[in-house]
Amino acid sequence: MNFLDHIWLIPLFPLFGAVVMLILGRRFDPQAPSDAALAPGLVESVEDHGHHAIGAAKFLVSLLCPGMVLLSFLLSVGAVIELASTAGKVHQVIQFTWLAGLPFHRADGALARFSADWGFLLDPLSSVMILIVTGIGFLIHVYSTGYMAHDGGYYRFFAYLNLFVFFMLMLVLANNYALLFVGWEGVGLCSYLLIGFYFHKKAAGDAAKKAFIVNRIGDAGFILGMLLLFALVGSVRFLDVNAALAGRAPETSFGVLSVLALLLFLGAAGKSAQFPLYVWLPDAMEGPTPVSALIHAATMVTAGVYMIARSSALFALTPETSTIVAAVGAFTAIFAASIALVQNDIKRVLAYSTVSQLGFMFVALGVGAYWVAVFHLYTHAFFKALLFLGAGSVIHAMSGEQDMRRMGGLKDKIPVTFRTMFIGSLAIAGVPGLAGFFSKDEILWQAWSSPLGSKSIFAVGLVTAFMTAFYMWRLMFLTFYGQPRMDAHTAAHIRESPISMTVPLSVLALLSIAGGWIGVPKLWSVFGDGFRAFEHWLEPVFAAAHSAEEAHHEASVEWLLMALSVSVAVGAILLARRRYLSKAVQEEPEAEAPGLLHKILLNKWYVDEIYDFLFVNGLAKRGGTLLGRFDSAIVDGGVNGAAWLTRFTSRFSIWWDTWIVDGLVRLSAFTVKVWSYPVRLVQNGLVQTYALMVMAGLAVILGYYMSR
Amino acid sequence: MSEHLLSLVLLTPLAGMLLLLLIPSSKTTLIKIWANVSAFAGFAVSLLLLTRFDRTSGDFQMVERADWIPAIGLKYALGIDGISLLLVLLTTLMGFLAVLSSWNAVEDRVKSYYAMLLLQQTGMIGVFLALDFLLFYVFWEIVLVPMYFIIGVWGGHRKLYAAIKFFLYTMAGSVLMLLGILTLYFQHYQQFGFYTFEISGLMKLSLPLGLQQWVFWSLFIGFAIKVPMFPFHTWLPDAHVEAPTAGSVILAAVLLKMGTYGFIRFSLPLLPDASVDGVIVQVLAGLSIIAILYGALASLMQQDWKKLVAYSSVSHLGFCTLGIFALNPNGIAGSIIQQINHGISTGMLFLIVGVIYERRHTREIGEYGGLAHVMPNYAKVFAFAMFSSAGLPLLNGFVGEFTILQGAFEANRIWAAFAVVGIILGAAYLLWLYQRTMLGQVTNAKNLGLPDLSVREWAVFLPLIAWALWIGVYPKPYFDVLDKPVTRIVERVRPGYFEALTQSSAAVAGDVR
Repeated sequence: MNFLDHIWLIPLFPLFGAVVMLILGRRFDPQAPSDAALAPGLVESVEDHGHHAIGAAKFLVSLLCPGMVLLSFLLSVGAVIELASTAGKVHQVIQFTWLAGLPFHRADGALARFSADWGFLLDPLSSVMILIVTGIGFLIHVYSTGYMAHDGGYYRFFAYLNLFVFFMLMLVLANNYALLFVGWEGVGLCSYLLIGFYFHKKAAGDAAKKAFIVNRIGDAGFILGMLLLFALVGSVRFLDVNAALAGRAPETSFGVLSVLALLLFLGAAGKSAQFPLYVWLPDAMEGPTPVSALIHAATMVTAGVYMIARSSALFALTPETSTIVAAVGAFTAIFAASIALVQNDIKRVLAYSTVSQLGFMFVALGVGAYWVAVFHLYTHAFFKALLFLGAGSVIHAMSGEQDMRRMGGLKDKIPVTFRTMFIGSLAIAGVPGLAGFFSKDEILWQAWSSPLGSKSIFAVGLVTAFMTAFYMWRLMFLTFYGQPRMDAHTAAHIRESPISMTVPLSVLALLSIAGGWIGVPKLWSVFGDGFRAFEHWLEPVFAAAHSAEEAHHEASVEWLLMALSVSVAVGAILLARRRYLSKAVQEEPEAEAPGLLHKILLNKWYVDEIYDFLFVNGLAKRGGTLLGRFDSAIVDGGVNGAAWLTRFTSRFSIWWDTWIVDGLVRLSAFTVKVWSYPVRLVQNGLVQTYALMVMAGLAVILGYYMSR
Repeated sequence: MSEHLLSLVLLTPLAGMLLLLLIPSSKTTLIKIWANVSAFAGFAVSLLLLTRFDRTSGDFQMVERADWIPAIGLKYALGIDGISLLLVLLTTLMGFLAVLSSWNAVEDRVKSYYAMLLLQQTGMIGVFLALDFLLFYVFWEIVLVPMYFIIGVWGGHRKLYAAIKFFLYTMAGSVLMLLGILTLYFQHYQQFGFYTFEISGLMKLSLPLGLQQWVFWSLFIGFAIKVPMFPFHTWLPDAHVEAPTAGSVILAAVLLKMGTYGFIRFSLPLLPDASVDGVIVQVLAGLSIIAILYGALASLMQQDWKKLVAYSSVSHLGFCTLGIFALNPNGIAGSIIQQINHGISTGMLFLIVGVIYERRHTREIGEYGGLAHVMPNYAKVFAFAMFSSAGLPLLNGFVGEFTILQGAFEANRIWAAFAVVGIILGAAYLLWLYQRTMLGQVTNAKNLGLPDLSVREWAVFLPLIAWALWIGVYPKPYFDVLDKPVTRIVERVRPGYFEALTQSSAAVAGDVR
């Protein structure tokens, strides 16, 4: 089979799984409204639907959904192997014109057509991504069959999860920005559905909504970026854009390309949870834990990093925007790490840790070390997925408890979970030989040595590395070591997770150990070039962006910095051990240093409160209410006013008509009537009176003439 | 018959209505069946248009022409191009679905109700088919009457206020529009010595810019009230809230499009100089952007489910008018596609309100919550409609909005930057509505026993779901159908738009690389 020409099939398997689940799933899993769905007083009034034996149906779901992802994974492996043997390492499959718009004037007045393909691009960068997405995706699907076994809505969960994998594969395989955006919004949709999976909880609904809307802010930037790209290049195909940008000199001032890069970065900052748009990610932990591992750690949140790496040809031309990217990344890294230091919810610590690690990736992107960013994305996917799944296993064992203050001493009760998480924590802390060490160290070195980097970014990175090791080992010591602090009921139910969960944990632990050895530092020349395969593999993608040869640095400096970062990591682990393994802290962890700084950190720098005040309550609610009033009072007031005026004039006309116009008529009639009164008196119709009058008149006239 | 296909499409609902009148009022089931049959026949007949339509032509096709009142030059002239084709198909489908959705909703004066719906169909189809401006006006006014009765007789508590407001407001606009029509009519007599209202004749006029502007504004009032554009929109929330479900569906899905269609069919081609006049373009684009943001913000705080959807219509129609006055191919094509999309998505949203209103007889958002537990399929359909309306890619809304934004961006980047904010707000008000009604726990005992979607209700939603997916995944046929007529309109208002392109592309091609 020719895999390369069939890469368009890769996303379709999980789509098939999702569609089957969405259409037929309810047959498998008749979901009665559970008690949790109802407010307290209403529980009794619901009739009991009763659960039928649905074991067999669940088994089918467990077979189909992970199976579809496995098929995609196998197809991906085949395609990547074939790609490796091609010359240019780029393969594009265009199926049809998806968005087939009309002609338009480009910014320079030239002809272009507004269109976007339904097309796929496999190159070294997307190869890495599809292997991560399908590989880790498969492991997490398997894990979920165990983790979700007792939850309602089993089919619904897997439908969303498969749908997510479909959109994520569309995102990384698309050959143009618009189709990438399809995946981009699609994963946002699945993220919404999965964060809100336990939708009877208000917090879950809130978090889901927040995630979608905050992401939309970034998307607005992305959309404008695409439109600007159409205006400048006339196409959104990656290959066309790169060709159009090739050979250009970097912008010396903040020009149109810098604006373009900044707009794309805005989109990336939303999706990859960078300051100030990171606020949705910690709340996203309301979703089931496998979701946190897959979407909010390993894959979706790295989409922004992928997108900027994909646009490396552009960012290489815009040093000013790149500096902004690095600065935002560095700030996010240290900011989120500082919050993670004091959180007590095990998933929240990991969430802030993810935000912080994504910040590291943006630092790498900002200093122009694109392959390093992708490398960290890749190692982070292993150890962070591992840590989240491990945390899920802990929560599973603890009957749903997530607060580390009520854990402790789990080391021997859930040994597999403990050992694998131990490895993951060493990896993220940057202990030499594990995956995290290689990528993080490379980022720190690039921040120091790259022409776009600086000593201050390095310093921020180093402090963050210290914090990272500290909060991770705080988590480990509070969770697994020391005294058990849970209640007796919970303690009695602690047991190791089923094999469907521990096997993925073990595989990820192995990858967290071995995964970094394809990107060892250049300095370690004892190892052959094969140990630097990752950089070489990605070279063709970033060739354009790497035209400027990096400055030469003393090997001794690099050794020194490496030693510094390692000792910082080890020091932090020891400090955490000293602090959180002491008897007093173990008994009462919440009593730790209730200082002002601690309070601020615990409250996450009050950013959510500030946003609520400014945007949610201020702009949206007050603005909306105000406009609603404006609409009914002023705008509609005009209409109703016109109606009133019409009625008023109508009444006035009637009045005018009755009293003035008709009044005149009647007045004249009245006048005539008044004046005619004496005359009428005379006309009484009696002939004798008339005769008398005639006689009297005659007498008067005669008298007059006679008297003359 | 083949040369009278347009008349057939136009008159099928009317014939259905006339036969309906012969059925005794007491036989309500028979009336309902017959109304559904007639409305479906109207849709089926309109599908025949697809077999005869030639999309390679930008001309009016299947033209029928007959004298009606020769003394004043009024002709019965019908024709169709890609733009009206799409709108006619939208009308016949939505008309059928509106009838189908009414089965249980209306039990009072059933016969007159369905008669009104069918009469309305003919009126709306006539608006989109008329090639004679006065004929257009006649149909335009015919449409008012059934809608007036639908709101006024079968409406909610404040039905009389809403119905009268609707009628008088739009009537006022029509009268000013008629002045504009008559101005063109007499100008034609002065220049050519005979009277006609035909578009092809009126397009030959050469009018000074000042006169064009006057006529433009007079037509504007008529069209803008119908769309409705800010600040002429306040009749819409009232009409929607009081109208029965089918009335709302027809109103949102089709009636509003008569306004945007008027701009595209008459204002632009007949008054090309006024249409590109700086002031006019700025004012119209400005009002469109205000509508986008204003409608969205006003939606956020509504407590009435239907009113929220009504305000969202104002926002969406803002996109449609913005696209038109971008005055470039993608703006106009995007606008027409978005008009179809709005018909589908907002039609669905109104149908969704109707489903719950039939069960609970309230539209107050606070009365609901947690419905997804009780009516899971309903919640799914609502989610679909919500994301279609919010412009999620692979669903219809995105194709229209993105294309309009491209057109707006080409015309003026600031416009696009403002309009794109509407997309953020669009997600906000819809998701919040969804959360308040569908998610969370069931807090109101009255919502507990509600039945999920019935087969008939599924039958109403499924065609719309399928259509939304089609436009989202494979919109090419729509752009193909619109390509020629839109090109023709752009060439009319901006002569040389396409020629300049090819020349400059040859000259500057090297520059871009």
